[in-house]
Amino acid sequence: MVAPRLFRPAARLVSSRFAAAPLRSAFAQSACAQSALRVRGYASESGTKEVTVRDALNEALAEELELNEKTFILGEEVAQYNGAYKVTRGLLDRFGPKRVIDTPITEAGFTGLAVGAALAGLHPIAEFMTFNFAMQAIDQIINSAAKTHYMSGGIQPCNVTFRGPNGFAAGVAAQHSQDYSAWYGSIPGLKVVSPWSSEDAKGLLKAAIRDPNPVVVLENELMYGQAFPMSEAAQKNDFVLPIGKAKIERPGSDLTIVSVSRCVGQSLSAAQTLKQQYGVDAEVINLRSIKPLDVETIIASLKKTGRLMVVESGYPMFGVASEILALSMEYGFDYLTAPAVRVTGAEVPTPYAVGLENMSFPQEDTIVTQAAKLLRL
Amino acid sequence: MLYRIAARQAAPLRRQAFAPVVRRSVTTDAATAHAENVPQEDDKPFTVRLSDESFETYELDPPPYTLETTKKELKQMYYDMVSVRRMEMAADRLYKEKKIRGFCHLSTGQEAVAVGIEHAITRQDKVITAYRCHGFALMRGGTVKSIIGELLGRREGIAYGKGGSMHMFAENFYGGNGIVGAQVPVGAGLAFAQQYNEQPNTSIILYGDGASNQGQVFEAFNMAKLWNLPALFGCENNKYGMGTSAARSSALTEYYKRGQYIPGLKVNGMDVLATKAAVQYGKDYAVSGKGPLVFEYVTYRYGGHSMSDPGTTYRSREEIQRMRSTNDPIAGLKQKMLEWGVTSEEELKAIDKSARNHVDEEVAIAEKMAVPDNTSRILFEDIYVRGSEPRWMRGRTVDETFYY
Repeated sequence: MVAPRLFRPAARLVSSRFAAAPLRSAFAQSACAQSALRVRGYASESGTKEVTVRDALNEALAEELELNEKTFILGEEVAQYNGAYKVTRGLLDRFGPKRVIDTPITEAGFTGLAVGAALAGLHPIAEFMTFNFAMQAIDQIINSAAKTHYMSGGIQPCNVTFRGPNGFAAGVAAQHSQDYSAWYGSIPGLKVVSPWSSEDAKGLLKAAIRDPNPVVVLENELMYGQAFPMSEAAQKNDFVLPIGKAKIERPGSDLTIVSVSRCVGQSLSAAQTLKQQYGVDAEVINLRSIKPLDVETIIASLKKTGRLMVVESGYPMFGVASEILALSMEYGFDYLTAPAVRVTGAEVPTPYAVGLENMSFPQEDTIVTQAAKLLRL
Repeated sequence: MLYRIAARQAAPLRRQAFAPVVRRSVTTDAATAHAENVPQEDDKPFTVRLSDESFETYELDPPPYTLETTKKELKQMYYDMVSVRRMEMAADRLYKEKKIRGFCHLSTGQEAVAVGIEHAITRQDKVITAYRCHGFALMRGGTVKSIIGELLGRREGIAYGKGGSMHMFAENFYGGNGIVGAQVPVGAGLAFAQQYNEQPNTSIILYGDGASNQGQVFEAFNMAKLWNLPALFGCENNKYGMGTSAARSSALTEYYKRGQYIPGLKVNGMDVLATKAAVQYGKDYAVSGKGPLVFEYVTYRYGGHSMSDPGTTYRSREEIQRMRSTNDPIAGLKQKMLEWGVTSEEELKAIDKSARNHVDEEVAIAEKMAVPDNTSRILFEDIYVRGSEPRWMRGRTVDETFYY
């Protein structure tokens, strides 16, 4: 009875984790891994500073523009207006109009242009005012950026970064409030990250810019103004987070809550409520990266807790949560002591009226109620 | 309090050419506009001579510089523009009171475009625009209370609280669209349907100077010309796409020439009479089978791009003040009506008062409207055509799955 278990994917996954060696060394992965370790070490030390997500992103952009002449940022209102959400504030003054470029409202056009510049060896950062507008340009992101390296047999890289606010935003109705994590996460050739905290924002954006592949950075407008403590290490200009590595934000033993972006904060609050009301300890995992997905961290946590809940704000059907639930069955079936559950956005175009809008996206009590049900509390 | 805000719009008129910085601007200078032999009767037609600066053309014979109208119509146009402005100012107040959520784009200053167009077409013609849509929604038959109700997210709003500021629909009004430029090919589709159904009608397709650079605008132009669709493309050039001036976004800022192989007509969009005359001419042109036209309505928004934009970082307060005091569409029409003896100061004041009272009453009704019930039935209604829904839609959790 033991032997078949060894053949289960989970066993292979866990055993291969440390054995895997990179086949090609074209991209220095070691640098990323090291800095991740350093972050852990500094977490409790003094020298931390409160930084908003907006400022963290701004800092990441400024540092990368400073460090690499090949990087430039383009998008609507990024320069003279200092960014529609002020993420690019001050960059025009500091780096000039050659490297901080206002584009016309022509998403397909400037995205294609950014891809072309990347094919020619530059490292463009394209800002979308929101990812809802990137729908105008999604063909360029997927067909021109994501697939070219493969189609060329590895001859033609495309080092481009697409960034901007994604997902739920308050009171802006159906065409301006949608989560595209699953859309981009399903595309081979793209990497997709989605930060929650200020450290996430800085470390992931810098990693995205440095990564030699097209990377989509899905930010959230409602997080821009939120401040988080930022460690001394994260304040330095060499701070980079590894793409594809999740972070355990709150360790726990009774339930694994996997979440991403803004929902991480809601999950952490819910975990606190669960502790207060029921005395249970939920482990909260901040995915940070949608693609590649850190299955190892999820399964290792699942092994510990036996119960899995995924919280995200995308549509439920064919989404990030459904994917993680499927993976939990492929790799962690034997560790599950109850069916895994998901809390997601509802299957509805975002309504304008506030009461209906609240019913369309996960709220803290939705998470608490589902967790209590899962734990049979 | 609202009355006090309103008082500001009746700024003194100075009869001077405006905006020396913008070389090619059309002005509302009414010097050459005149009307003679204005009849006593309210509904007896007479001819108005438009200002010499009403139009500029591209590959097109200019429209006549005369417009047949009646005193009744002029008064109605005035009433409509005052209503739109009053409604937008109510929206401004409600937004500042945090009763309106999200984005809210106001058309204060641009009233002559929506009103002039509506007075040139019939309810069988079609209109589609972007998210600065409140005035168009009103002119297409939406009520003030339904529009303000929508802004407040109420059940009796024009879209039942589902759409908000950017998404309003009425008969032959196709929104209220949130993605910049995306409504333009959709508008070509409206014209396609009119041609297909052999209707003697046109589609008015509006977009901003910011949107005019979107690729799909040109894709729509090509199909419309290729298939001779009765489409009146119209760039509402308010000179700024968000915070970017036209010259910083567009290689050619003469938007009426942007159709290349489509004739173009630039219209003083601050002059409701020129706007009406131009659209009337355009409709005849399109309906007679000559194909599409590209209009440019030169206009100006007094406020920011949306409520969150003060609108003063990328343009000077002097520029805004100059437009308000020399080019205001409402004051411009008022002045002409007085000069031509169409009406008296007293009658105009009465029209003002009745328009404002009507808007204020409707706003008060809207503020009392109930919000939608927070039930799954309301949340999931109308995702699909009624009766054709799937058996169920999933909520946030499996427990919240809604069965139709």
